[in-house]
Amino acid sequence: MQFMYAWFPTGSDAPELRYVLHPGRGQTPHIWRCRSGAESPPSLAPAAPLLSWYERETTDLCGVAFRDQPVPDPLVLLPGAAAERPPLMPGPLPHLSYTPVPLPMPDLAGTTREDVQLLPFGPVRADVLESTQLAFYYIGEAILHYQPRLFFKHRGMEKRFEGLSPALGTVLAERVSGVGSVAHALAYCHALEAASRCEVPSRATWLRVLLAELERLYNHLHYLGYLCHTTTLKVGEAQGKYLEELAKQVNCQISGSRLLRGLVVPGGVRREPTLLTLAEDLVRIEHELRRYADQLAATSSHLDRLITTGVLDRQLAFDQGATGPVERASGIDRDSRRDQPYGAYDELPLSVAVRDGCDAHARQQVRVEEITHSIALIRAVLDGLPEGSLRADCRPPPGGEGLGWAETPRGTAYYAVHLDTAGRLARVKIKSPSFSNWRVFPYTVHGTNMMDYAINEASFGLTVAGCDR
Amino acid sequence: MAMKVIPLWTLYGLARGKATTRWCGEDAEPGQAGYLGMPRFDQAKCQQGCRECVDTCLPGAITFCPDASKQRLTVDYGRCVVCQLCVEACPTGALTSSTDWAFGSRRREDLVWTRAAASTDGMTLKREIRRVFGRSLHIRHVDAGSCNGCESELQALNNPYYNLHRFGVFFTPSPRFADLLLVTGPVTYAMRGPLLEAYEAMPDPRFVMAAGTCAVSGGTNGGGYACDNGLEELLPVDVFLPGCPPNPPAIIHALLMLLQRSPQRVQGGQIGPADEHPEDDYA
Repeated sequence: MQFMYAWFPTGSDAPELRYVLHPGRGQTPHIWRCRSGAESPPSLAPAAPLLSWYERETTDLCGVAFRDQPVPDPLVLLPGAAAERPPLMPGPLPHLSYTPVPLPMPDLAGTTREDVQLLPFGPVRADVLESTQLAFYYIGEAILHYQPRLFFKHRGMEKRFEGLSPALGTVLAERVSGVGSVAHALAYCHALEAASRCEVPSRATWLRVLLAELERLYNHLHYLGYLCHTTTLKVGEAQGKYLEELAKQVNCQISGSRLLRGLVVPGGVRREPTLLTLAEDLVRIEHELRRYADQLAATSSHLDRLITTGVLDRQLAFDQGATGPVERASGIDRDSRRDQPYGAYDELPLSVAVRDGCDAHARQQVRVEEITHSIALIRAVLDGLPEGSLRADCRPPPGGEGLGWAETPRGTAYYAVHLDTAGRLARVKIKSPSFSNWRVFPYTVHGTNMMDYAINEASFGLTVAGCDR
Repeated sequence: MAMKVIPLWTLYGLARGKATTRWCGEDAEPGQAGYLGMPRFDQAKCQQGCRECVDTCLPGAITFCPDASKQRLTVDYGRCVVCQLCVEACPTGALTSSTDWAFGSRRREDLVWTRAAASTDGMTLKREIRRVFGRSLHIRHVDAGSCNGCESELQALNNPYYNLHRFGVFFTPSPRFADLLLVTGPVTYAMRGPLLEAYEAMPDPRFVMAAGTCAVSGGTNGGGYACDNGLEELLPVDVFLPGCPPNPPAIIHALLMLLQRSPQRVQGGQIGPADEHPEDDYA
């Protein structure tokens, strides 16, 4: 099971539920369709726990209630927020009223435990960080319970797509999660290309691999610098951030955008990227990276903080839907680039990094290995880049639909796209990897201690924008 | 083998040498080769009856005026997300890609392309800044619903390449110690309250910067059922910095502009020579 969503077929007020499953390596996705009648549909969360958040989101945004949902509380709309009508239901934009509700102190059964304290941290946090509220219930250093309150950054992005022409939707997809611009645009374009059955020229598919791997490169380098920040390894932090800056400057030279925006379009890529100095720049980054990674792997003060921090066991990771480097560090050998290959990945030498340490250290190891794989992939693209056109005509038919996916630096992103009878976007569902990983993350925090928290959070590499949309 | 490596890190850091760019304002290379910034608009080449660019502009930065006696197009860089689609759509080359990134402005109107460059009188910010802050500045950043692209570039300010500290500019955790509220994102319904609270908690004199097109005007993500359209009707903004996202030197330039250590470069939607403030000595 990957995710579920609801949409309103043209001219209908009755939502249709879609469940998307990827059964295994090399197989195409299964899509279950379900139209509920007068009775509300049953919750599948008891059988597939990862569906719980999707069901709650569907209740908030599409007005579908699920029978026997284990946690029947709003998710995407914050406590105290009420929309006149479900925002994704066809019709005029609803007004959203909001009266903030303070975090509750749970009723602690038994004796009064005045030593248990609630620390509500955020939504405005220290440093330059994305907004989210974190609630710690703790005694001294020990965290008894942890609850992130997300969705302060809910922008209603899925609604923003509605009514746009499919081509303009790409600009929006790039702005769902900025540090995943390429992968989000790719997943969106794959969905349109599936709807229109258009064949992307092979030069374009190879260039898309190059862009996606450059995105992984700068994200993972940022991750290493930030992880060093949390373990207070100052020179390691500076070097990681410096390498990230080098990678972003390379992005800028290639595409005109430090976040690699503006190249991916439905049917191919928009223009020829400037690849003249890329091979040289890669040598430079790789040379510095190798020394850096070796030294990180030999620094006991850094490793001491990572090993056994934030343990996520394999079964939990699978049940709750962890994705990307997080699941691969918990021993789950999944990567959509290999398992459900798209673009040129099946023509290129791709290795998948897997570790079974299940902790922050394993997550760092997976990322370090993925950096070297990404560099190898970029080299392979530069060596074998086929000639040919950059772009095919991609016109999804009116009333068409498509499902697309791409492996972002944080895991698999899916886009499900439905078009209306005029060929405009009627519904775009975004399944972002951070939504999945934020769902899993609290399980690794309960019962740990405050000192490890920042390291653990950094080791997950979460974004808030992708989760909240 | 892994016991005494901290001295190795020190050596490693020393051996790496100085990584920081010498860039500060105009001279030296800011490391932005290849950057595609705000498209330039040449009214003379614009064709009658054509609206290709208008139709392809998602955030509505290019608008059409049907009244033929006036200028036909208005280009508002405060709404531009630098997607370059208008450049591709324009059949006559009236819109061209540029490398213009220093678009920080004290007045929202200066981001709108107008035929007659706007006059700059009254643009000088309070002399107080120099007196109160010296040349230093403490910033409280609030993410009011960004896509995290702006955060990615703000975090880059503290990397060794840009090394923001060398300008005496720091990010501070508490709004109580902050001189400048730097806001990203179109302002979601849930972040409106915390944002205003952060502003209220700041001591006077306090300044506000709208960083990124979302915070300036809402951009592509503003509006809808969950968002405002940036800061304009919410807080008094002292510096507008569009860009999607603004790159690190553009942010530094806008910060120095606020401190009157660097001149504004955009007027009437056009990047021009630095405006003259002979009484100011720019660092």
